[in-house]
Amino acid sequence: MRFDLTRIIDWVPKGSRVLDLGCGDGEFLAQLEATRDATTLGIELETANITEAASKGIAVVQQDMDRGLSNFPNQSFDVVVMAHALQVLHRPHAVLADMVRIGREAIITFPNFGHWRCRLHLGLLGRMPVSRVLPFDWYDTPNIHFCTVKDFEALCEELDIKILDHDIVSGPGTNVLKSLAPNLFGSTAIYRVCKK
Amino acid sequence: MQTANSVGLVTPRIERFEEPFVLASGDVLPGYELIVETYGTLNNAGNNAVLICHALSGNHHAAGRHSAEDRKPGWWDNLIGPGKPIDTNRFFVVSLNNLGGCDGSTGPNNINPASGSQWGPDFPEVVVEDWVNSQRALANRLGITRWAVVIGGSLGGMQALHWAVHYPDEVANCAVLAAAPRLTAQNIAFNEIARHAITSDPEWFDGYYGRQKKAPVRGLALARMVGHLTYMSAEGMTDKFGRERRHVDENHDDQVFEVESYLRHQGAQFSTRFDANTYLLMTRALDNFDIAADTDGDLCSALAPIRARMLIVSFSSDWRFSPSRSREMVDALINTGKTVSYAEIETDGGHDAFLLNDTQYLELMRAWLNRVQLDAL
Repeated sequence: MRFDLTRIIDWVPKGSRVLDLGCGDGEFLAQLEATRDATTLGIELETANITEAASKGIAVVQQDMDRGLSNFPNQSFDVVVMAHALQVLHRPHAVLADMVRIGREAIITFPNFGHWRCRLHLGLLGRMPVSRVLPFDWYDTPNIHFCTVKDFEALCEELDIKILDHDIVSGPGTNVLKSLAPNLFGSTAIYRVCKK
Repeated sequence: MQTANSVGLVTPRIERFEEPFVLASGDVLPGYELIVETYGTLNNAGNNAVLICHALSGNHHAAGRHSAEDRKPGWWDNLIGPGKPIDTNRFFVVSLNNLGGCDGSTGPNNINPASGSQWGPDFPEVVVEDWVNSQRALANRLGITRWAVVIGGSLGGMQALHWAVHYPDEVANCAVLAAAPRLTAQNIAFNEIARHAITSDPEWFDGYYGRQKKAPVRGLALARMVGHLTYMSAEGMTDKFGRERRHVDENHDDQVFEVESYLRHQGAQFSTRFDANTYLLMTRALDNFDIAADTDGDLCSALAPIRARMLIVSFSSDWRFSPSRSREMVDALINTGKTVSYAEIETDGGHDAFLLNDTQYLELMRAWLNRVQLDAL
């Protein structure tokens, strides 16, 4: 499982009802059911992923969150998770607002565009960043809405969203720089938020 | 021909129910028969049973062959068998011809014991609720108190949904494929065209064609041609037929479009195998089905009693029961906090896709059915 998901498992209270937006193959939800006694539902675009999730016993509904989440009632889940999907959305602010409407809490992870490699690419090389985490050229990428940690926090403020917890994490390997300046050296930002 | 993953040769049997059967309409059938096929073995706990609900023109013969010479296997042989998605090594599969059918269960072709002559058009109106209730009597007969899975496509999906809503403790898992919570006006209109084709045939005789030793075969063929057309997609038809032509027969130079020849063949074949009164009865059952009829049209309230783990599947090119109709059910299930999986399968197969071999579809069915927990029942 991806490191950002491993990190946020602890943020999900035992016995929660969890909705995962863009749940992929359902691995994270399967982990939540196994270790956190969670009741889960995923939404996902790819049929192959839905099948993979079904083979793990995870219920997934095919849905495009860019078309809205109005079919989910207010406060119908304890936790709504969206991992590494914010940057591919057409209207990330609308989805974010829906997440705190649907869930008592929301957990979001996204690639930190303030990472030093990104800054280096853009600031010194004058090119849009391409990295291991973001391996696409600018013209051919699903990632259309990048933000930095500061941008995200500003949007939360605008949407009346309270930040309960946040962290910046990186892949495996110990690096003293990551712990000193996560904002600059951490590759993935993770936030736990709720409605103000 | 017997293949490795086929249920092989199967023999249908008749289950007779002597007690009077009260229909939703209030009419009473003085006992009835259901023709049934089963595949696999019911386990000791009696918790591995799968009910197959058939669609408009389906019947009990869902898998295997009746004789080695049979050209075609049962209508859902691609899904049912050892090692197939509905795995007969694991499940005990029950398939029947619905009440009012023409393939061996009590229907318009049978003799009305009260009059001593064929029921014909006087066979009482039968609705989805009646089918489910008769299937329930069959379950009782077979020693099944709770289905591991109730599954069906189209009109079969409506029966599966009715089961899950009205007998929530008797359905552990429910798969509703290419279906809808109720028909649209357009859908009812197609059925009416089909019925009109039949009832305007000169050999319809107000439905008493049996007494004349006749049958409205032209009307029935036309009904089937219209119906069949609506079960296919434009892309699928372009793929299958294009604008190709073929000779009408070996003795003539006349040519027709492939699609003409195909529809004529389908119509002609159907008109000899199917009963016109049954066709009317089945299409009316379709038209009348509305899972939210008792809840003022509110689908969320209607589906609220469901306890089964649900699977809803739609097919992208199905315009007769379009994906948006499946989404209505999915949204209501989400709204009421049910366990639901949903996928729209990308296919040219149209409404008929639930019967066809699409890899994504079959893999999804396999994955979902594999996770049916027998021990948890």
